[in-house]
Amino acid sequence: MTIFNSWMPRLRTGLLVALGSLLAAPLAQAQTELSEESLAVLASMAPGAPAPTADSFVHIPPTMEDLEASSLHPELKRVIRRGYDIFTNTQQFRDEYVFNDMNCSSCHLGAGRLPFSGPIWPAAVTLPGYRPKNDHVNNLEERIAGCFTYSMNGKPPAYGSDDMIALAAYHQWLASGVPMYPTGKLYGRGFPRLDEPAEKPDYDRGKEIYAAQCSICHGDEGAGLSVRGEVVFPPVWGDNSYNWGAGISRVYTLASFIKHNMPLGQPNSLTDQQAWDLAQFIDSQERPQDPRYTGDVKETLELYRDTFHKHTMYGQEVNGRVLGDHDNVGRKDFLKPDVLRDRTYD
Amino acid sequence: MLRKHIRGAAGAICLLTLPLGVAAAPSAGDPEQGKAAAAVCASCHQVDGRGQNNPNGESWPRLAGLDAGYIARQLQAYKDGTRQNPSMQAFAQMLDDQQIADVSAWFASLPATAGQSAAAQGHSEELLKRGEQLATEGDWSKYIVPCSSCHGPDNLGAGTVFPAIAGQHFGYIRDQLLAWQQGARKNDPQRLMATIAERMSSDDINAVAAWLSSQPATAEQ
Repeated sequence: MTIFNSWMPRLRTGLLVALGSLLAAPLAQAQTELSEESLAVLASMAPGAPAPTADSFVHIPPTMEDLEASSLHPELKRVIRRGYDIFTNTQQFRDEYVFNDMNCSSCHLGAGRLPFSGPIWPAAVTLPGYRPKNDHVNNLEERIAGCFTYSMNGKPPAYGSDDMIALAAYHQWLASGVPMYPTGKLYGRGFPRLDEPAEKPDYDRGKEIYAAQCSICHGDEGAGLSVRGEVVFPPVWGDNSYNWGAGISRVYTLASFIKHNMPLGQPNSLTDQQAWDLAQFIDSQERPQDPRYTGDVKETLELYRDTFHKHTMYGQEVNGRVLGDHDNVGRKDFLKPDVLRDRTYD
Repeated sequence: MLRKHIRGAAGAICLLTLPLGVAAAPSAGDPEQGKAAAAVCASCHQVDGRGQNNPNGESWPRLAGLDAGYIARQLQAYKDGTRQNPSMQAFAQMLDDQQIADVSAWFASLPATAGQSAAAQGHSEELLKRGEQLATEGDWSKYIVPCSSCHGPDNLGAGTVFPAIAGQHFGYIRDQLLAWQQGARKNDPQRLMATIAERMSSDDINAVAAWLSSQPATAEQ
């Protein structure tokens, strides 16, 4: 029986710098630069997602099978595999790097390869870069450290450590063939902001949709599900979820994540309004303190309002309680990892 | 003591408010009561609940060690027609809600029996490799999520909704995936399984059934 004839075509480049903006080329013409096969793969990687436009820069990252088939040095392959393993099973560093029930791949679905799911290859080709969140230029390792600090409510692997280098290697390898600092709009980068909803995002509508669409996996109380000590469905609020400094605690980021990725296996099945309402409900629940907490929620809110918290519910009153007004840091015994610091490059 | 009272009260409320036959959460079953009622099941599912792999006909799933809530929901679905199977519909009609809970508790209490090894089933290495990939890592380029992302660590089940599929029979896994793909089985919540099955080729389905069926049926094995 032949099974692997339908195996993924080798799309090593799958790369399009559409010159639409320069040439004012019509969409159809720009897209001819992507093969039919590439377009088909793209569509099956992101069912229901918007197709690339004339000014899109499209990259289809290699798969782990491509890694095995490549001519890279065996030792490099081993380190990239190590990075993949950390990325998809970050819980192996539970209570070392990760102090909640998340894996990197909980938010970056498809091992960080999928468009509209925070694909990680753009970080490898746009960093070092200026990041408003900490107001200085960050490199790839520092950006990864941010994920561990906020989304994983944890303590990043040390800069230059084997684990950090393996993670960085996996990111950079996924960007194979992409020029540094590419021009054009990177297709499916991050969690692209949805159009403003017709109606203001609503907690109560979100609660109803949550019960119907999400609670079967994430639980009535948002606590997710673990089996024999292994996380199956990540918690979406509470002590074992992302903290108040995580990017996805911004309502617009969570709305986009939900729209493009949830329920699992059914991306783009909810309406934009449903995604906004769900995000409003979920991001109005309590979670571990923002690692940048000064000891006072109002003060912390003021410090980071413009760059971050104007998009979260942090410090807002919901159902008679001010969100984030507590000292609860979840399972860890520190507020902020020491490695995070300001940089002035002076 | 207190627990007993609460259970009694909850049972009374259920009787008062729920129409018979659509109890969403059956009251806790009694395995010993279920054992007697399960006698009729043994002709296909076997006395020890191991079922039987019949790759060229209709396979009978292993029930031993599956989650009681999951088994009960399947029996309810056969009874109300939301899951179709001529034999099972007839048998499910014979059971009332308490018997369904009891029979489910009985099979859940039995030790999970091991399936046949891959070698004994004669599956190729290539097929098994693809099956393992689908079951543990998925094929995201086709948006086939890994089985384990819902069916739990080692695909041994997660909660009462997502059943154990490791160590289940090849013919049964294959036929259920085909049934979802073709719309013949529809009782998965929110179409969570159907959506994935629709993206699988028949080779994918054979591969994942081959690999899962040859995996340990319990965490200890």
